[in-house]
Amino acid sequence: MAKPLSHRMMGWAGRAAVVAILGFIILPAVVVAIAAFNDKALLSFPPEQLSLRWFYKAMSYRDFQTGFQNGLIVMLFSSSIALVVGSAFAFVLDRYEFRGKKLIEGLLLAPLVVPHFTVGLGLLILAAQVSLTRTFTVVVVCHVILVLPFVLRSVYISLRNLDERLELAAASLGGKPWSVMFTITLPLLMPGLVSGWLFAAILSFNEFTASLFVTAQRTQTLPVAMYNYVREYADPTMAALSVIFIVVTAALLTLANAYLGLGKVLNVEQAR
Amino acid sequence: MDNSAFPLSARSRRRPFFRLFTIPAVLVAIVFTIAMAAILQYSVRAQIPGSLDVGGFTLANFSAMLRPLYARVFADTVWLCLLTAVISLVLGYPLAYALVRSSNVAVKSFILIATVTPLFLGEVVRTYSWIVVLGNTGFVNSVLIKLGIIVQPLQLLFTVTGVTIALVHVTLPVVVIMLAAAISHIDPDYERAAESLGAGPLRIFFTVTLPLSGPGIVAGLTTAFAWTFSAFATPQLVGGGKVNMVSNLVYQLGFANFNFPFAAALCVAGLLLTYLSIFLMRLLLRPMEKVGLH
Repeated sequence: MAKPLSHRMMGWAGRAAVVAILGFIILPAVVVAIAAFNDKALLSFPPEQLSLRWFYKAMSYRDFQTGFQNGLIVMLFSSSIALVVGSAFAFVLDRYEFRGKKLIEGLLLAPLVVPHFTVGLGLLILAAQVSLTRTFTVVVVCHVILVLPFVLRSVYISLRNLDERLELAAASLGGKPWSVMFTITLPLLMPGLVSGWLFAAILSFNEFTASLFVTAQRTQTLPVAMYNYVREYADPTMAALSVIFIVVTAALLTLANAYLGLGKVLNVEQAR
Repeated sequence: MDNSAFPLSARSRRRPFFRLFTIPAVLVAIVFTIAMAAILQYSVRAQIPGSLDVGGFTLANFSAMLRPLYARVFADTVWLCLLTAVISLVLGYPLAYALVRSSNVAVKSFILIATVTPLFLGEVVRTYSWIVVLGNTGFVNSVLIKLGIIVQPLQLLFTVTGVTIALVHVTLPVVVIMLAAAISHIDPDYERAAESLGAGPLRIFFTVTLPLSGPGIVAGLTTAFAWTFSAFATPQLVGGGKVNMVSNLVYQLGFANFNFPFAAALCVAGLLLTYLSIFLMRLLLRPMEKVGLH
């Protein structure tokens, strides 16, 4: 049955709206890319001469280098800890009923609602009381708390989609709990685990507000260094660094989508 | 799933891994609780100027918040959060719908990556990008001047409009994901049934799809509200001191004035306000949330 003209026009209007909204989302990235290759130190559109000098400057700027290293350290520790703690608890949440279950789950998911500056200030005060300010420990603990909800969710969704009968079959054939866990459960959960870890890693590396509160000069992560740079200088060095950030993040997520199916992990499409 | 059909259902009663898997999570929950308790404790203490230690118990921090200067920031923050949440919802719905219902895999992937990437970029990169877009010599003004539409650059930075645009950009991805999750749970057969009974696309959308995505709408609105409340770099850099939110006040009091008790009190008030607003939004939208998913 051919659709009437008015319906088709509505379809086109819908498509135009989607394209316009996507344009709004992508616009800043495109504009920053144009600014990053501009040879001039001051913002100007369109650029008269192209150059890579701001990329060299971004790579060789001391605070960005140490920020990058600090960020990597914090990211590796916090995302790995969050992965272990979060997936273990997601398993318990999915399988067992116990007293206090809702309370613990609520507390662990609270950082999705509690503002990051509040989490940051709370941990700063706590760190001061146990003499841990200016250490990586407080930064890592802070990031674990902030990224844990994302690991919890993505592993929990994978567990929901997992066919428990496979585990029961292995157990009925004499598999001990640990061997069932390692030969059946964990391999089947791999997409959820990898994307949970990836989400945690990217979010930790890019976390800013809470980090601003809990980091010191010595433990400053890259976003904090970038924020300080923007406050002091107006040249396109930040634009160059932003382009690198955008390209790397988009590439990682594209890979994750190709190999893990982001749609399923984010629960925006149904596993069939 | 029904476990009783399997002889080893006793396995779940023995609960393998239960303790081992719960204890680490409980430890994290405890640290988080202590950190929140520390804020609560600081919020009712007096400041000792020039020191990070705190004095005796007082409620002065909370009464100081009633001063117009601070009350204004709270009112502005709630207004910005509401505005951002509603605009994100209106812009996010078509995108979420296209993400779920598009039959083209490439289109789907593109929408997903384009939407999710900003979510993971962090506030600093995105806020900086908006400075480049909205600044007086930035993209928008340069284009408008080149096209001869305006002569003087528009003041977009340091205005509520500019801050709102940047805030919407921050919350839009998460709203899209929450809406898409809700829309993907709607059985397309309902829409087909409405169509076969002669309903046009608009009528199907407003009487079937939109009401059935109610829970996603409520989740999207409340999350957008909370995330906007949490924003710091955006109001700080795009607002440039002209548009202030509670987050900026907390940072300024903590790190410029070293008045941590007052900063903590602002956090407590902010948290209460966030939860109260979410509670009220839920109450207002209760009819929408109640709609079953299937």
